[in-house]
Amino acid sequence: MRTLPPDDPTLTLFSILREDGTADPQQDAFLPRETLLAMYAQMLRIRRIDERMLGKQRQGKVGFYGTITGQEATPVATGLSLSPEDWVFPALREAAVMLVRGFPLSTWLAQVYGNEADILKGRQMPSHQSGRAVNQVAWSSCIGPQIPQAVGAAMAAKARGDRSVSVGFMGDGATSQPDFHAAMTMAGIHRPPVVLICQNNHWSISVPTEKQTASATLAVKAHAYGLRGVRVDGNDVLAVHHVVKEAVDRARDGGGPTFIESLTYRMGPHSSSDDPTRYRSQEEVETWAKRDPIARLERYLRTAEILDDATLEGLEAGIRAELDAALAEVEELGPPARATVFEDVFAALPPHLQRQQAQFLAMPPAQLAHH
Amino acid sequence: MTQKNMVQAINEALRLEMQRDGRVVVLGEDVGKVGGVFRVTQGLWDEFGDDRVIDTPLNEAGIIGTAIGMAAYGMRPVPEIQFADFIYPAFDQIVSEAAKYRYRSGGEYTCPMVIRTPYGGGIKGGAYHSQSPEALFIHTAGLKVVCPSNPYDAKGLLAAAIQDDDPVLFFEPKRVYRAVKMDVPDEAYTLPLGEAKVVRPGEDVTVVAWGAMLYEALSAAETVEAQGISCEVVDLRTLWPLDLESIVRSVEKTGRIVVVHEAPKACGFGAEILQLVTEQSFLHFQAPPARVTGWDTPFPYTLENEYLPLAHRIVPQLIATANY
Repeated sequence: MRTLPPDDPTLTLFSILREDGTADPQQDAFLPRETLLAMYAQMLRIRRIDERMLGKQRQGKVGFYGTITGQEATPVATGLSLSPEDWVFPALREAAVMLVRGFPLSTWLAQVYGNEADILKGRQMPSHQSGRAVNQVAWSSCIGPQIPQAVGAAMAAKARGDRSVSVGFMGDGATSQPDFHAAMTMAGIHRPPVVLICQNNHWSISVPTEKQTASATLAVKAHAYGLRGVRVDGNDVLAVHHVVKEAVDRARDGGGPTFIESLTYRMGPHSSSDDPTRYRSQEEVETWAKRDPIARLERYLRTAEILDDATLEGLEAGIRAELDAALAEVEELGPPARATVFEDVFAALPPHLQRQQAQFLAMPPAQLAHH
Repeated sequence: MTQKNMVQAINEALRLEMQRDGRVVVLGEDVGKVGGVFRVTQGLWDEFGDDRVIDTPLNEAGIIGTAIGMAAYGMRPVPEIQFADFIYPAFDQIVSEAAKYRYRSGGEYTCPMVIRTPYGGGIKGGAYHSQSPEALFIHTAGLKVVCPSNPYDAKGLLAAAIQDDDPVLFFEPKRVYRAVKMDVPDEAYTLPLGEAKVVRPGEDVTVVAWGAMLYEALSAAETVEAQGISCEVVDLRTLWPLDLESIVRSVEKTGRIVVVHEAPKACGFGAEILQLVTEQSFLHFQAPPARVTGWDTPFPYTLENEYLPLAHRIVPQLIATANY
């Protein structure tokens, strides 16, 4: 059996920012000021959106919400590494990639309310956003099926000679699914332009990663499939950006797929329906709080004199104004039209659905459930 | 016009669609160099190469999962599941993903693909090369289900399915593959999905069947004709969306209906057909609607002809229904 060298990139943890916010001078790419500020602003924006929306859930204004608190670095770094023609097959905690790629916040929020401005016509639970405008596909709550789909889209792009890259996301729990094995197998054989990113946030609801696998790391699984694998500090936005951008550029240039394990931590509950105090310690949460991706980048930016109190206040005010305006636009809207229940099952309404729709529309409307 | 069997007709439909539309790709286990275990894709790899005729690893969820990604991206994949019995590892990809892509995205994404799969018994295939799981997919909103009974229909329906904008399950009666030859035009043509066909006109009993069991229904109809019972046999061709109108038209003439299918009886598609007809034509009934189906057991190997609803089991039902 071949033994991997201790510096194998699937066993080590690539990072640039230290926990105290200083950068490893050997690794720091000294990105342009605007890029660094964009990373910070987008992470802060997502944190504030999540805080506000979790509050709305607690007030009973929305039925469910899944925050990504503590995990903002990976979706932001990925969003900033992609071109408009690239495709994203998300899991639960990557809806924010859409916002980073310019999707309108009000439309994104309308999905949380499932109202008449929701382009998904109120068909999915909150936090299941998708949008053709940014090539981010709709996904199911079944864990893992999007991974081989990302590989398939990349195979299609390759067959058609397009330059687009497809990114497939998953959590650590999804690496136990047969679909993960299917996707990694297919990606290894066909070498399409795909980047598979696992956000290992240590918890699949209440089950820790060590109960998902006895593998030393998740990234090391790449070797068995003949894929390039990298393990990166997922709370270090500079490192994630470096690794994802390199993988995306490589895939676009025909260099084949990469499997990335982004090591991070789910600071909040799995969703608004979960109580993590039942299964994990406060000490563990506090240890990870010290590695917060936003605080780490903030220290770096302040040291580099890219961010000061005035800039930060400006960012906060801008985010608040954007969020207020977007919520004002969508919060009070009504539900989707009743007739939409029968739309989009097929391209055209077949006879049996025509009969059912007529029957349905002849009946008085049902009482809609309140959150 | 040449005499062709169903394998040749389907092969021709695939070739013509691939020539017509560069987005059409074929993928599955053994579909490439060897041309599939039933040779349905024979010669396609030679003509279209590795990029469009893809020998996949042995992973049905992977075949359908990647096909969904291709379809969402803009291709027209035609994945093959080697036997319908092997479709279950891909069940989640089909029912949770392909069937719901359009709906859950508010119509922004679609999943146009055709899953071809040989189904049914009568080839000494035992429990895992003989099943008829069509009802599972009919029960899933968002899928179309097609099941041709002859080479001519197979060619035209497959071409139409490939051109359709929604996911289609295309069940191929493997017992018929090489057993039936008929004139099939060499050029491309389509037959509309969702249209049943009266293949034998009659007055006393409507018999609804599809795929391989159509021949058993026809044979039983022939037998009872000698006893003065005239059967109208309807070949569904597309199972879903169902051409209920054609069945109702026939039942309102005959007043009697018998559905024949290979799948087990409980929650089989026959139950749905009979209930839908009952809702529309109850006052026309002169006999209770009836079914002749596979038993509610797993599929046996040695005794497969005891399991299948062959003509000798259909005949007594037709007589009983006619004389009720």
